[in-house]
Amino acid sequence: MNQLFKRRRDRLHRFQDLTKKDKGLKVSKPIDEMAIEVCPQCKQAIHSKELALNLYVCPLCEAHFSLSAHDRILSLVDPKSFKELWAKAKSNGINKFPDYEDKLIKYQDATHLNEAVVCGTAKIAKIKIALAVMDNRFMMGSMGQIVGEKITRLIEYANFHKLPLIIFTASGGARMQEGILSLMQMAKTSAALARFSENNGFYCTVLTHPTTGGVSASFAMLGDIILAEPKALVGFAGRRVIEKTVKEQLPDDFQTSEFLLDKGFIDRIVHRKDLRQTLTDLLLLHQEPQS
Amino acid sequence: MSTKAWDRVVLARRADRPKAMDIIPRLFASFYSLAGDRHFGEDKALLAGLGFFEGVPVTILAQSKGRNLEENMQCNFGMLHPEGYRKAHRLALQAEKFNRPIITIIDTAGAYPGEKAEERGQAEAIAANLKLFSTLKVPVIAIVLSEGGSGGALALGVADRVYMMENAIYSILSPEGFASILWKDDSRTEEAAELMECTAEDLLDKRIIDAIIPESSIGFEQDLNYSLEIIRNFIRKDLKYLKKLSAKKRNDLRYKKYRVMGKRL
Repeated sequence: MNQLFKRRRDRLHRFQDLTKKDKGLKVSKPIDEMAIEVCPQCKQAIHSKELALNLYVCPLCEAHFSLSAHDRILSLVDPKSFKELWAKAKSNGINKFPDYEDKLIKYQDATHLNEAVVCGTAKIAKIKIALAVMDNRFMMGSMGQIVGEKITRLIEYANFHKLPLIIFTASGGARMQEGILSLMQMAKTSAALARFSENNGFYCTVLTHPTTGGVSASFAMLGDIILAEPKALVGFAGRRVIEKTVKEQLPDDFQTSEFLLDKGFIDRIVHRKDLRQTLTDLLLLHQEPQS
Repeated sequence: MSTKAWDRVVLARRADRPKAMDIIPRLFASFYSLAGDRHFGEDKALLAGLGFFEGVPVTILAQSKGRNLEENMQCNFGMLHPEGYRKAHRLALQAEKFNRPIITIIDTAGAYPGEKAEERGQAEAIAANLKLFSTLKVPVIAIVLSEGGSGGALALGVADRVYMMENAIYSILSPEGFASILWKDDSRTEEAAELMECTAEDLLDKRIIDAIIPESSIGFEQDLNYSLEIIRNFIRKDLKYLKKLSAKKRNDLRYKKYRVMGKRL
């Protein structure tokens, strides 16, 4: 038992160290020692601190809470190794869709992000990678022109610098407010991936809750290896739309990671605590053999 | 030309508007249909096959709506399942092998939103086509015939040239879906259509399409030849030009075409 507590304490310290050291990154919420959260799955109360040291996985029922992009990066990459690219890119003023500008500002204030994806380079177990992490707190992680452009740029960057590419997806799909130009980002990102693939670049996607619509039907499903977090919602059409079409109740596990694994569309479901190790293993397996 | 967007939606969906099955025999000689994705089944929502365009063998991939209920039941109202997209994938690779240009016809409200479609990987099937078509080594020309809805339309819409009929619509989602997602109210479809900027003029303005194919003033279906002659001219001119380019050059241009869509950093 002591051993267990020690391990947890170590993990908490590691997490807190990381958050302190990487000054460029803002943690979504500073950890309040006394605060309590309720797990949406098992409805049990959990200390926020305990939740944080467990990488925002419910210690009781293993429900994986949504992670902010910055928390995700901190929990995953080597300390101080993340260098953000195109951090200032914003969608403000992009079109005149009613209320869009206000919404953007609201989400920017709430998340301290400029857009729904954070891109950059980092190291995992000293291996340099190109990394994109979507943040579904920002307008459902939807993909508009800037998200599409940042992801395309990152793919091109990985292609140019011959880096492995890892993308964490979390998105409701193409962003409605930007209309057809959002849709075209599916073609743009996929075309960039096709080129990356032709140059034998290694691309791994990690599907997190939720990954749907235009994002699932483009770069999310194009990984050489596709991983997913447990019980993430992953699919193309929305559940409501499908229930309306088929006029039937769908099974509970419909469009979950487990469902996709069973149907043969992803390689593996990985618990958040094992992600860093899994990605390390995969990166090592895709390095040029030392002769 | 000042028709309201919603009028266009209604027009684009009219049962008597020409469908792929009306167009194909008139554009291509000796059309020979091919079936199946070789993995799961045959999807009649994709009418696909071979034919001659003015003596040149081409591969034709067309989303197929019916002219009446019976035909629509057969082709699932033009909404493809994953096997439809995979059939297109298979035939696109075949076209590449035999160095045949590809002509796609887009006419769908969207990919079919059903339980089985999800089970068989609708998202993966669409994504795979987007990736493949961006690097195909043969010329690809796409025509948005009536309705181009969401990723389900785009899956056949990555091409060297994209044309759109004057009264067709092409959008991120159907106006119904758009209203339902944005306002949780699918009765506000007319309002959605106006906001979505889904008409041919809107798309030309944003440089998503290369040109608009005019329809006869007495109606597309009343004078089909009027539009068909214009389509023929476009295809003839494009194939002549595209075939002169090396595959690499063509691919670079196609990449650039999509690369510049949307705001750049």
